[in-house]
Amino acid sequence: MSNEPQTQHKPRFGRTEKKLIKDALWDQNPISVQILGICSALAVTVMMTTTAVMCAAVLFVLTFSNMIVSALRKWIPPQIRIIAEITIIAALVIIADQFLKAFLFDISKQLSIFVGLIITNCIVLGRAEGFANSNPVVPSILDGASSALGYGWILMTVSFIRELLGSGTLFGFHVIPQAAYDAGYENMGIMVLAPGAFFVLGILIWIQRTLSERGGKKR
Amino acid sequence: MEYMNLFLKSVFVENILLAYFLGMCSFLACSKKVETATGLGLAVIFVLGVTVPSNWVIYELLLKPGALAWAGLPNVDLSFLKFITFVAHIAATTQLVEMFVDRYLPRLYSSLGIFLPLISVNCAILGASLFMVERDYTFAESVVFGIGSGTGWALAILAMAAIREKLTYSNVPTGLRGLGITMILTGLMAMGFMIFSGIQL
Repeated sequence: MSNEPQTQHKPRFGRTEKKLIKDALWDQNPISVQILGICSALAVTVMMTTTAVMCAAVLFVLTFSNMIVSALRKWIPPQIRIIAEITIIAALVIIADQFLKAFLFDISKQLSIFVGLIITNCIVLGRAEGFANSNPVVPSILDGASSALGYGWILMTVSFIRELLGSGTLFGFHVIPQAAYDAGYENMGIMVLAPGAFFVLGILIWIQRTLSERGGKKR
Repeated sequence: MEYMNLFLKSVFVENILLAYFLGMCSFLACSKKVETATGLGLAVIFVLGVTVPSNWVIYELLLKPGALAWAGLPNVDLSFLKFITFVAHIAATTQLVEMFVDRYLPRLYSSLGIFLPLISVNCAILGASLFMVERDYTFAESVVFGIGSGTGWALAILAMAAIREKLTYSNVPTGLRGLGITMILTGLMAMGFMIFSGIQL
């Protein structure tokens, strides 16, 4: 939600660009509306730090894969385009993975296989196939970046709730005062485990869909 | 016994879908009918059973640090190429399997047909191969792990499809319909599967 104002701060964008960004962040949000890329959305959201790194990796891969696919769209023969797109994406994911291993080793251990799974993350292939394949470079970059941000804010919200309720911390810092624990407050163990992720995301989708339906009616 | 234990573990305790969230996309998209869910489930068991062991062979003979010693290159480490190799191999295998099934088992093909290509971008398949590398399985273990995780995934999608068929008769709040209620149901199912944790043979 904090991403919303961005659309208004850049007046040089035309209406189409604005719509592109708003669609990706809210109306056509990759996770809550298009149901893409759920796997990683759930697995990496126990701690906010890992989530932030994962979002950055997705932002990198999605922006550049959209850019490269769009730049090469006239040279890739349509029959083999899927495999060409997967190769581009896999190469970018390898770069991201090697980078994380070199500079953020602990976090890359925690993310384990989920960095590699960005390859099969449906958002990346979906945007390459659905948008970058038939649009010029600049809108494709914009589309890639804003889809990644749309994915990012949902992930950050989920991990905010899970970390706060599950371990009483945010980004690893304790935010729930000791007094609360003394008074009998306990961390919700379920939030750290798999079911918690499903519940939080389910409820978040419920809220988001109800809100956007209201907005639709007003218009 | 050891293999039986690994099998049960990958089906129930560490269910690839409910504990590791792999293969959610097709799980959510194809769980509306029991029939489709069965087809997709079978296809996933089959492809996982084939690709995990064969990726094991590729990794051991070509990519592992020092694996190229037989070619006179003992210092080469190609393990960073595992993503791209595994994906390419999975795509090629699904294509091969599709052609094979089409030629020799046309009845199975007509029921699985559309799902086979879908599987090559299913994260459960790539995820299982990456887990296999991360956990250092032996060849026999990787066969058992592949089939076991496939079975676990198939079990989860079948159960979900059956629940969703019944769900059409219930009155769910508008915003929660579809994806929202499915997520919450999956959460409840994951809680159910957590009962199995700690069981060992």
